[in-house]
Order: sequence, then structure tokens, then C-alpha cells
Amino acid sequence: MSGTVGKSEKRVDAFDKVTGRARYTDDLCPKDALVAKVLHSTIANGVVKKIDTSAAEQIEGVVKIVTCFDVPQYKFPTAGHPWSTDPHHQDVADRLLLTSRVRFYGDDVAAVVAENEVAAAQALRAIRVEYEEYPFVLDAEKAMEPGAPQLHENYPNNILAHTSIVKGDYEAAIQEPGLIRVEGWYDTPTVQHCHIENHICFAEMEGGRIVITSSTQIPHIVRRIVGQALGIPWGNVRVIKPYIGGGFGNKQDALYEPLCAYLTTQVGGRRVKLDVSREETFVSNRVRHAIRTHIISYVRPDGTFAARKMECFSNQGAYASHGHGIAAKGMGAFPQLYPCDNVQCDAYTVFTNRPVAGAMRGYGIPQAMFAGESHIEDVARALNMDPLQFRRKNMMPVGYVDGFSKNENYFDSLNQCIEKGMEYLDYERKMAEYAKETGPVRHGVGMAIFWYNTAVWPISLESSSCRMVLNQDGSIQLQMGETEIGQGADTAFAQMAAETLGIPFRNVHVVSAQDTDITPFGLGAYASRQTYIGGFAIKQTALMMKERILKYAYELTRMAPFEMDIVEGNIIRKNDGRVLMSLGELATEALYSLSHSEHITAESTYQIKTNAYSFGCSFAEVEVDIPLCKVKLLNIVNVHDCGRLINPALAEAQVHGGMSMAIGYGLSEQLLFDEKTGKPLNNNLLDYKLSTMMDHPDIAARFVENYEPTSAYGTKALGEPPACPGAPAIRNAILNATGVAINCAPITPHVLFARFKEEGLL
Amino acid sequence: MHETQYKLVKCTINGRRVEKMVDVRASLTDMLRNDFSLNSVKKGCEVGECGACNVLIDGECFNSCIYLAIWADGKNIRTLEGLLGPNGELSDIQQAFIDETAVQCGFCTPGFIMTAVEILESGKEYTRDELRKLLSGHLCRCTGYENILNAVEKTMKRRLQKG
Amino acid sequence: MYDIKALYEAESVAHATELLLAHPEAKVIAGGSDVLIQMREGRLAGATLVSIYGLDELRGVTMEADGTIRIGSLTSFSHITKSPIIEEHIRVLGEAVDMVGGPQIRNIGTIGGNTCNGVTSADSASTLVAYDAIVELTGAEGKRLVPIREFYIKAGKVDLRPGEIETAILIPRESYEGCKGHYIKYAMRNAMDIATCGCSANVKLSADKKTIERARLAYGVAGPVPMRAPSAEAAANGKPISAETVEAFAKAALDDVNPRTSWRATKEFRLHLVEELARRALSEAIRLSGGEL
Repeated sequence: MSGTVGKSEKRVDAFDKVTGRARYTDDLCPKDALVAKVLHSTIANGVVKKIDTSAAEQIEGVVKIVTCFDVPQYKFPTAGHPWSTDPHHQDVADRLLLTSRVRFYGDDVAAVVAENEVAAAQALRAIRVEYEEYPFVLDAEKAMEPGAPQLHENYPNNILAHTSIVKGDYEAAIQEPGLIRVEGWYDTPTVQHCHIENHICFAEMEGGRIVITSSTQIPHIVRRIVGQALGIPWGNVRVIKPYIGGGFGNKQDALYEPLCAYLTTQVGGRRVKLDVSREETFVSNRVRHAIRTHIISYVRPDGTFAARKMECFSNQGAYASHGHGIAAKGMGAFPQLYPCDNVQCDAYTVFTNRPVAGAMRGYGIPQAMFAGESHIEDVARALNMDPLQFRRKNMMPVGYVDGFSKNENYFDSLNQCIEKGMEYLDYERKMAEYAKETGPVRHGVGMAIFWYNTAVWPISLESSSCRMVLNQDGSIQLQMGETEIGQGADTAFAQMAAETLGIPFRNVHVVSAQDTDITPFGLGAYASRQTYIGGFAIKQTALMMKERILKYAYELTRMAPFEMDIVEGNIIRKNDGRVLMSLGELATEALYSLSHSEHITAESTYQIKTNAYSFGCSFAEVEVDIPLCKVKLLNIVNVHDCGRLINPALAEAQVHGGMSMAIGYGLSEQLLFDEKTGKPLNNNLLDYKLSTMMDHPDIAARFVENYEPTSAYGTKALGEPPACPGAPAIRNAILNATGVAINCAPITPHVLFARFKEEGLL
Repeated sequence: MHETQYKLVKCTINGRRVEKMVDVRASLTDMLRNDFSLNSVKKGCEVGECGACNVLIDGECFNSCIYLAIWADGKNIRTLEGLLGPNGELSDIQQAFIDETAVQCGFCTPGFIMTAVEILESGKEYTRDELRKLLSGHLCRCTGYENILNAVEKTMKRRLQKG
Repeated sequence: MYDIKALYEAESVAHATELLLAHPEAKVIAGGSDVLIQMREGRLAGATLVSIYGLDELRGVTMEADGTIRIGSLTSFSHITKSPIIEEHIRVLGEAVDMVGGPQIRNIGTIGGNTCNGVTSADSASTLVAYDAIVELTGAEGKRLVPIREFYIKAGKVDLRPGEIETAILIPRESYEGCKGHYIKYAMRNAMDIATCGCSANVKLSADKKTIERARLAYGVAGPVPMRAPSAEAAANGKPISAETVEAFAKAALDDVNPRTSWRATKEFRLHLVEELARRALSEAIRLSGGEL
């Protein structure tokens, strides 16, 4: 054991990133690449009747214009899910490279390839499109009404999917006398990932194949989708993923890689770069599903649940992308976080003429926790019970096992996290003290807990592959299909590999970039899966590697392999700890030996059939200036049990980022649309209110470390969970400060103004 | 036919005197990336809202995406690439970004560090809230800003103690 | 790469006028933080530009012999804030322009651009209007001085004649002497934002600090252009410093404004802010002037 796991090792990519040497997609693209730009629809629903490109073609520097009438008609899915060989389990294939049936303001109708960006932009402006406009619908519930505009064939009432969870008998249970009924509707907004590097890719042809370099989280999946979209063998596509400037789920979809790949085939295989603008990123990539949730709880005066019901309506936007997975995951949390004998849940995912919703950090759980944890607070208030005590009385008990995932709640994580959060915020004292305030400026504390499932098993495949190659000096190259997207995966992988192999952390050289021609197959970065899932492949491969090394050591030392070990990069004899030789000496001998030359490598795939719960909470403290309708967040802490921390400093940093996203979700971020045209109103970083450094207090991350028993290294979901409880914690703090329950996020001054007026505070 | 208009721009970039014929339509970001391969200058919005393309011009921070390249004539421009010492040593602020875990995806990092350089070179001591304001022209989605602020604050204090 | 049809660099103010008269279709570009963004958006794509960025003679804050503060039109926001003259005599202006965008924007954005774009949300505008600033314009016929209240014609349109550029903003001595002001920018974020409503108030108190001799109040985003609030001022001028006066001032401001509903905010919410911000800005201006409420 080298003891690197659990240490705050410096990021393996830190030096390159603080010197500007780390290469991102645009840095790798030669300057002579042709430039592609996409023409987006300026109506929210309808068909393209005609496209006149004649004026655009006259513009100097324009190389090629393709329209929706030119492209191949292979419908393809875009979600970054593992492929399923079972057709019933495959993602909905509803996209074309360009479409004449436009379904949202910003849909893709034509593309220009030009010698430079100015010519490409001029050409876009010169293309004339004639549309036949249809009525459109932006709201999920309205889209389900009879007579609503229909987006896709075969999906009556625009319902992409509807699933239910039923336990006990809700209708019978609510007949119990003496029950208190609490009902609420909770709305969450359409928001966007806002990674600082927009999606960008470039494609060219080499040896008759298409090579795409892309800012993606999922290179191996993109390879498959490009193959599907172009109707070519998947092996004819090579995807390279360099460093990327954040993803947060947006890049867990095939975005413009298929179109870019097609465009290079239309210009004789010349290199084509498609660099998406910030304005397009907001509209024509992916967004988070806006979900409206309706919850009814029947509680007994003693604070126990008799029956609970929830329905949620998830706004899918125009195409299926990740589809129902989001609402279904959110719904799944409902009966588990607060188990109740009689539960009825219904989740609907509904097409509307909004931008396409896909994966985004938290995958349905931020929405579910905003609704669920706001509602729990309301129920506690209705019962006149302390909201914390009410949660503790009802939340998932230790020993709970979920029938479907087989996940088990092994530890008292929720209570342990709550204790730490209370202590950090001095919650009880502040709660009592702030309750006395009556002036125009009031304070409040609030909290929310979260439930999260690591990875995607058993809904989808979970597997990971790893390759290790031994160098002459005893260091290794480590290759994973799982991707570094900023979260620090490469560093965690190196730590785990070093730990199992018994070599120093610095002797693991992670090959950060994925290249589908070279990198072992892996699914990519999503579902907070990489450390958990990748850990199995790393451990298995490192053990294989170690076995091969010790077998070779036997030839050199004549010691039994099982009496030897590798510690700090040396082959040692276990019985007396004597260093027999360094791993470098062994590796050099193995490579150059005239009697037995061997390049020692190991590669393996591990399929994972376990999963793990991740739990925690956020506590928030706010100051509400009632006449100004402004909330100032004074303090926020997230406490999280994600098992053993592989790298505490990186874990803490990642939690900060998730909390920041939660703060924006709770207070300021929302993509707005014009009701008359469906046009997005604020698709830029000035009008979309992503928090700046001045909009945050200091944010604190704390951990509870219960070693996850199913995991190769004791770890489980880290990255997404902290994005989940922040918004409801802030909402509950505002409620405790003012007595006003606000059931929609974000809680902007506009919302506060309206609600304070309703409640007579203004 | 469009006739491209050029201008000879003479300026100092990272301590080196350079001359370049520049298309008058180019932004400073275009010039630094395309003509000088200074890839630390990132493009995140191209309209001055994210701060990823931030560079120092005559000691002050500018979003190079909304700065015409021709305006660089006669100016002293510094990018992240210019911070390394002669033997490749990291500057204190770069080291602080590593030590404070202030780097994640790394895309906003160069811009932030260059603003930090302007702050540090002022030689003034700022409160944490003042630093927040001075750094507020940069968006970051990974870090929640916490560790970036820590890195800048700690480096400022260290430098002032030395001075 | 911007879609610029042609670009001419002015070498002097007179040259700028020549260029603008020779190319009447051309847009003036000063710092570029508006023009280049509109060009990227497509609104100004293909435009001809006359750059005045190089006219260093238009930069800087100076005090003229008669006590007039002269702010060169190309002075950046950050240089206005850092100017000792501004800090001493009209600190509120330095504070107001220190709320524009973020630090990099404040290094490139100019006070000339901020006024010539005719935008109601401009953070400098309400304070300049509240201080009766004078806009100095220079063209073929020489200099022309226009009170800033008359400079704004309608949203996005100012009184700039062909061939003219703004060369300075002037603040007369009687306007700032013995006067303290406070600006509140109400926005959705604490940085990188445009005002939902901007409110700038300043007062001159009597020697005993008991009476408001002169109160001035101006708003951004309370109408199509930055505007003064004469009714509010009348409600405070000559009145004793008291909560009642502040209240009357704030309420009267509602008679002066004309905000509209847009997707950024409703008229009702803006009216609420007009009143609440007036209350707070006046109270703070009184406090800064040594008055007690």
C-alpha cells in the first residue's frame, strides 16, 4: 500500500492548466480548418417549405451549404447512455442531422461551411427560409391537453413516457380518520449547464474514416451515435476527446459531432470546425428539465405518514434525448427517502416546443429534492413540528433495502450528516433567535436532505475497462475510457492505481485524452459513476498487473510470488520486508532480457452489478430584505457521505461547484421564453443569471466518511449530489425567515415581490 | 470582392517585441491565439461576459475578445504564458492555484490568474469582499469560486508580508 | 474575427469629424464594449467603423480654472473611480461607474460610450443627470455644450449631429460643491449585470444640517431614458430632515417616472423599486452629508 488513497494529492493536470498548456479542442484545431455554422429556426413549431441559398452561395469564402432537404434520413438517438442490444431499451431515435420539421425556436435547418467565420456568418444571414408555422406549446401540462399541438407521431398528448410506482393502497389509506392533508405544487425552471468552454468539435477524413475531435464527456458513445446518424459502420468513426472546459451533462449527449462528421464528408474530407456560440449553447444544446411536481401527504398528528402521492410533469422540450430517465430517477427518490406504506407516484415526460432537455448534474434529483424537501418543510409546519425532527422521524432508516437496485442503507449517514450541518450553522440557536424578528430585514435558517443513487445499474449497463503499461523505470501509463471533465477523475484514477499496484502516485502517468482507436472501451463521465465504476476496473487490472510483475520477479529473485509484494515501487519480501529490487530494475530486465523478454501490461473489463446510495444535506442561512425583495445568502454548508474520500481536497472543491450550481438554481438561474413566439429571451451570460463571485458567501463542504462496502475503494457518488439539496435549503430558510412559502425556483426578486404582496408583507 | 484591410501592429507580448500584419477585423483574442499560439487565451462567450480571454494590457485587465487587435499597437500585453520564470518556474499565484485546489476544468483559470496578477501587482491589501469584487468579471462553473478566492487572498497576504 | 466592412482610425478629434462626414454610415467605436457586441449579435454586422480609441487626449479627469470637473469622454470607468478629483468632489459618480459590469468591462468601457448609446440602464447616467452634467460635443462647427437632460432624445437616441463626437462630460462647480450623493443599482446579480432600476440622489444641507437646501434625484430604467424626478425634489427642497420628508420624497417620485413592463421586470415591480430606492438613496445621501434621520 502506498497510502495515496485518502491523500489530497495535487491534480495530475494542474501544472498544465495553470500554465495554459493544457490543450482543449480549439487549441488542437489547425488554423486552416473550414468553419461550419448552423442555421437555426426562427419559429417554435412548423415545417420548412423552402430554403433559398442562392444569395448565400454567392458570398466569397462560402464552400458548401447543406439544408434539411440534403441530409441523410437516418434517425438517431443522442443520449449518452450505454447502447442496449434490446430494442425496447434503446433510446428514442428522433433526431436528424438537420430537420425540415422544426420543433423549437433554435432547431437546426441548414449548415454553412466556409473558409472563415465571417463568411459563414454572412451566409447564414443571407439564407432565406420559408416556413409554415404551427401553433406551439411551451408548458408540459398544456402540451398534454386535448387539442394541443402535437410534436411527434406516435406520442399522443405529447407524452414521451409515463411510469408509476404504487405501494400499498393510497385511496384506502387516506380514509383513516384524523389525518392532516398537506398539498403543494412545486415548480423548477429550465436551466443550462454553462460550462465555460462551449461545445466545439472538428472533423476530418483520414484513410477513408472520419476522425472527430470533440469537447465531449462520452467519446465512445459519440462514436456509436455518429455511426448511426451517418449510416456507416461504427468502426469508421474515430473520436478523440482532449481536455474539456466542463460538461455537467450537456456534453453527455451527442451534440454537433454527427453534423460536423457529415459536413467533412461533403467537402471532400477537409477539416471542418463547428464551434458553438454561447447563445447557441443555451438553446441548441441541452438544458435541464423543468419539472412541475404535485405532492399530497396525509399525516397523522403524531408525525407519521399514512399515505403519500406525487405526480410530476417533466418538460422534455422538442426531442427525446435523455427523456424519461430524469423524471423517473426523481420519482424513484420519493418513496425511498421517506418510506411510507401507501404511496402512489406518477411521472410524465412530455414533449414541448422548448429546447431539448438532457442530462444535467443531478439528473432529476435537484428537481425532486426541491419539490420533496419543500413539501416536507410544509408538512412539518402544518403539524407544528420541528422540521428537522420531522425528517429524522420519517427518513430512510438504517437497514432499508431497495427492492429494485438492491441498494442498502448501511449506515446512519443522514443523521450523521445532519448533526454536522447543525453544528456548522449553529442551527438550533439561530432558528430560535431569528424566530423573534419582525422588522423589514429578517433572517432565517433552513435545510434539506438528499438521496442519490450512484451510477446507472440496474437500469443500464455498467462496465469499465482499464489498461496499464509498465515502463522501464517502473512507472505505468494508465488508460481509462472514463473521462476527465474537470472533476479530477484522472487524479483519483492515478491514486487508486498507485494504491493497488504499490507504486508512488507520481509514477502513474494517466493518458488523459481518450481516443476511441486506442483507449479501452468506457462509457464516459456521468451519473457520478467514474470513481465507483472505474475503481473496479482499476483494481482488477492492477491486481492482474501485480500478479504478472511478481511472476516475473520470481524468475529474477527465485522468491515465491505469494511471498512477495510491491511497496513504494519496490519488490519486497513479505517475511522480512527486504527490498529485493526496484520495479524499474525488474521492468528494464523484463523488456531487454535476452532469455525472456516481456512487455508487462494488463488490460481488463469489469462489469458492475452493484450500486450505492449517497446521502447528505445542505443547511443555509439567509437575510431577507423584504422591501427590496432581496435574499442575501449568508452561509451555506453541504454535508455529504460519499464513502471514503479518494482525494479530500478535490472532493471538497467539487462539492463547492455543485453547491454553487444549487445556489443559482435556488435564487437566480432560469432560461426564459417569449410566450408569443417561443423565442428564448436571455440566452447569454449577461441575462442568464449564473452566480458571480459576488453572489456567494463562503461556501463550506463537510463530509461523513462511511466506507461503502460494495465499492472497490469504499467510494460512491460525489459530483452530482451537492447540486441537489441547496435550493430547497435556501427556500426553507426564506420560509423560516418570512413565513412565506415559495414553491417555485428560482426565488428571484420578481417572485418575492409577487408573493410578499400576496401575503401582505408589502 | 472584399479587400481585406491590414494594419501593422507593433507591440510587446510577454516581454518580447513583435510586429504583425493584422486583419483589422481581428479581435485581440484572434491575434493572440492564431498569430502567436497563445492558447491560454480562451474563448467562452466572445462578448465580454465570461472573462476566459482576459489578458493584461499596460497593466490592466481586458477581455481580449472585445478588444480590437489593432488597438494593441504600442501596448504591452501579458498572457498566462508570460508568467513562468526563465527556467520554467511557476509564479507564486500559479502555485497557489495548484495548492488551493483552485483548478478544475481549467478553462476559466488563465483569465482568473491574469486578473489576480493585476490585483497582486497593485501592492495593496484588499479585504475578502473587495477581492470578490475585483475578481467578479470571471465566471466559473466548477469551483463555486471558493478556492480561487483563497488562492488569490493567500498569495496577496504572502506577498505583503514579504514586502 | 468581426464582420467589419471597413475601419478608419481617427488620429485627432478633427480627423474623427472628417472621417464621420466622409463616411456618414459609419459607427463610432470608442471602447467597443457595446459596438463589438452588437456586431457579434449581427445587429451591426458589416458596419463601417470609425475608431476613436486612440485619441488619448480624450482621456482623464481634470479640474478647470472655474472649478468645473472635466471628464474626457474616453476615460474608462475604472479611471473615473480612481481619479482623486472624482473621489474628492463627486464620489458618487466613481461609485456608480464602479458598478458597471465587471472589472474588465470597467477598464474598457468609457463614459462617452455609456452616454452616447442612449441607454436608460447606463450606470453613469442617472448620477450625471442628477448632477446636471453638461455634454461637450465637438464637430465641424466646433464645440457645443448640451445639458445632459436634453442630450437624451429617446431610447437609444441622443443629440449627436453628423460629424460630432462627444469629447467631454462637464460637471459645474455649483452642482457638486457642498453636495453628497448616493447611487443604488438594483440588479439581479451583484456583478456583471445591467440595472433593473438605478437611482441616484444627492443633497445639499443647510449649515446646521437640519434642512435640505437642495435635493436632486434621477433614475435609470424608470422610463425610456435616464430621468430626473422633479416632484420628488420639490417635496424635499427646503424641508427639514425627517422621516416624513423622506417619505414624501419617495412617494412623489412615483409621479415622475414612467417605467414599462418587459421580460426583465414588470412595471409594478419597477414602481415599487422607484419608491423604495428613493427612500434609501436619499437617506444615505443625508447621512453622508452629515444629516441625521
